[in-house]
Amino acid sequence: MIPEIGHFALIVALLVAIVQGVLPMIGAARRDSALMAVAVPAARAQFVLVALAFGCLAWSFVNSDFSVANVAQNSNSQLPLHYRFAATWGSHEGSLLLWALMLGGWGFAVSLFSRNLPNVLRARVLAVMGLVAIGFLLFMLTASDPFVRLSPPPVEGRDLNALLQDPGMVAHPPMLYMGYVGFSVAFAFAIAALIGGRLDASWARWSRPWTTVAWSFLTIGIALGSIWAYYTLGWGGWWFWDPVENASFMPWLAGTALIHSLAVTEKRGAFRSWTVLLAILAFSLSLIGTFLVRSGVLTSVHAFATDPARGVFILAFLAVVIGGSLTLYAIRAGAVGAGGDFSPVSRESMLLGNNILLVIALASVLLGTLYPLFIDALKLGKISVGPPYFDAVFYPVMAPMIFLMGVGPIASWRKSRIPDLWTRLQWAVYVALAAGALLPFAMGQWKPLVALGLLLAAWVAAATVSAVLQRLKSAPQRGIVAKLRANSPAWYGMLLAHLGVAAFIVGVTLVKGYEIERDVRLDVGQGVEVGGDTYTFQGIVPEPGPNYDALVGTVEVTRGTRHVVTLKPQKRTYRASGEVMTEASIRSGILGDHYVSLGEPVTAKGVDGAWAVRIYVKPFVDWIWFGCLLMALGGFTAIADRRYRLALKHRFAGALGAAARGAA
Amino acid sequence: MKARYRRFAWIGLGLAAVGIAVALVLSAFRSNLVFFFTPSQVVAHEVPQSRPFRVGGLVEAGSLTREPNSLTVRFRVTDTAKTIPVTYTGLLPDLFKEGKGVVAQGRMGPDGAFHATEVLAKHDENYMPPEARSAIEQAQKGPETMPSLHEARAR
Repeated sequence: MIPEIGHFALIVALLVAIVQGVLPMIGAARRDSALMAVAVPAARAQFVLVALAFGCLAWSFVNSDFSVANVAQNSNSQLPLHYRFAATWGSHEGSLLLWALMLGGWGFAVSLFSRNLPNVLRARVLAVMGLVAIGFLLFMLTASDPFVRLSPPPVEGRDLNALLQDPGMVAHPPMLYMGYVGFSVAFAFAIAALIGGRLDASWARWSRPWTTVAWSFLTIGIALGSIWAYYTLGWGGWWFWDPVENASFMPWLAGTALIHSLAVTEKRGAFRSWTVLLAILAFSLSLIGTFLVRSGVLTSVHAFATDPARGVFILAFLAVVIGGSLTLYAIRAGAVGAGGDFSPVSRESMLLGNNILLVIALASVLLGTLYPLFIDALKLGKISVGPPYFDAVFYPVMAPMIFLMGVGPIASWRKSRIPDLWTRLQWAVYVALAAGALLPFAMGQWKPLVALGLLLAAWVAAATVSAVLQRLKSAPQRGIVAKLRANSPAWYGMLLAHLGVAAFIVGVTLVKGYEIERDVRLDVGQGVEVGGDTYTFQGIVPEPGPNYDALVGTVEVTRGTRHVVTLKPQKRTYRASGEVMTEASIRSGILGDHYVSLGEPVTAKGVDGAWAVRIYVKPFVDWIWFGCLLMALGGFTAIADRRYRLALKHRFAGALGAAARGAA
Repeated sequence: MKARYRRFAWIGLGLAAVGIAVALVLSAFRSNLVFFFTPSQVVAHEVPQSRPFRVGGLVEAGSLTREPNSLTVRFRVTDTAKTIPVTYTGLLPDLFKEGKGVVAQGRMGPDGAFHATEVLAKHDENYMPPEARSAIEQAQKGPETMPSLHEARAR
């Protein structure tokens, strides 16, 4: 019964989405306020219906209703509760439902926080989101129904892929999808602006917070995926330039460019059509990302489906959304206008440089990700593009961008003078040079690339700090608190995100420069020295888990006579599927990680004999994710800005006033 | 007039920078492409000698041996028509099993064996890596339908 309710809710949601997508659009064209007013209740109803459907599927998973095919294939009664719940989005169908839920949720949020928007714009934005929802709901109902029943129902489910039985599964997909789908709001704003031909500073002010929030969620989602890959795949890498990772990284790059371009559009009215194009691009890449990951074109743990009908549907959907919006852009971009003038040395030009570099980086990632797929599709053979390509391309493109990150926030709009910039930044230049020259010695060995990386990180950090100090010095207010309060949260958010980039660079540089990776054969009682610490293998003990049997190894880490930590890496065999998983054991610290994972027994004695053991030392690796967290926090800080809340306050004040009058 | 020249100069500089970036990207791209070959192609000496490539197929049942006191393993990869020996030093992925699909990256050694630097198994139990599956399909269909990789490279 419950799954049928869910299925029915999806059908009604589709009908509501059609209403939401069509009527307000017609209303906006005819200036018919009754038709436009349909948008808000429709968006809310759509969210409630999709949430109901999602709840029904989650209920089926949590209660192990194996008569639902999706549950039978992706869950098991032995699975712990939180994984049964997370298994809701562990399948292709379930993840699409999560996508639709997020889309409904963003539409709901827009309907709540858009009362200060002009009616026409509000109607069009919600209508575009409704149109996108039609595509996804139709896809689910025709090609990947999550509620298909099995008759007779199996007694036991096939289990969730062992790789996915991880805390990361609970958090990573929802966060990532929040980000992906969040760009649909920026996309809807862009399309609405193109249709209306009106694109000005207030338009940019409305779309900015939405874009920033989506970007922040995407940042967290990608970082969580990276952490998950780091500890669960047993390879100790935090980024593999795997197509699946690139699929999430490309919208992030486009979104980053969009955030910066929106800033120019809001403050200076410039880059208008470029901003619109980026908004289309960011959402299109989110769709392509979904397609790449979900259609089974990639060799990866993420590829659940190998059904060509689905691929054709998604391709057609992509063609309609991307092709349609680009066509609209081609026709209407002229009406939107280009915007104000600026000199070659100005904040605008720096942000333009930032955008160009981000787009070049994006294009090179796109090339490396899609080219092998094209070659394969054209039956020209099979190739792959490995990390060396991405490393060779990405870092040189990012280096000048990071340089600009130091200058941009200090440069003034419209026109800056280079001598003036130099006076304000020379302190940061000295700090950066000193850090690049000296800090690598502290790590024991001076390497040119490490020096460059630390130079750039120190440059961003020092330029950010000096930007704050100069603002505080020149602020007219008295007292440090008043001076601090004189600046907007948006400005602090930007600086916080930039500091996050600095922390991120420190992590990447030091882990790339000084990581030690060693695969060794260890007998019981045998030790090996890696990075100044001795790792002694103490043998294996079997230990049953809730739905798996683990072999738990004990590795004592000592430095000299001092005990550092005892690591307990596991080799798990999941009972339902027989899948084997390596669980690394990691001791994290601010200066780096000790990382041990088990390979396999290498002697005839089996598990009691010698094992292949992987030992990694990862200096400063946690800074990478800490940096991502700072970036996301910066995003969330930025949207706390008064100018975004002002309208809301007015509304509350108005409501309070009305309530007071009513009471009187 | 002067402002106009300056603007042209800036645009020219910008275009030059983008051009250099594109050139760097494409050259990095060319030198980092890794081509995929089947064991039959390896046996027929169609593989590059100077650069790493990938080979895929099934791990032949019973072919896995370990060298004592090291982490070096030897196994044979087959596309059901031809079989090649592979050596690898390091930890094998969880999904590596005899009789299952595998993709390895590396180059040919002087001993006639494929020296793998990386053994890939990013696929689940029921799912063969597409490269390995196509190697087997190609071997069974016969060489005439095999897409030539030299063609792809010449393009």
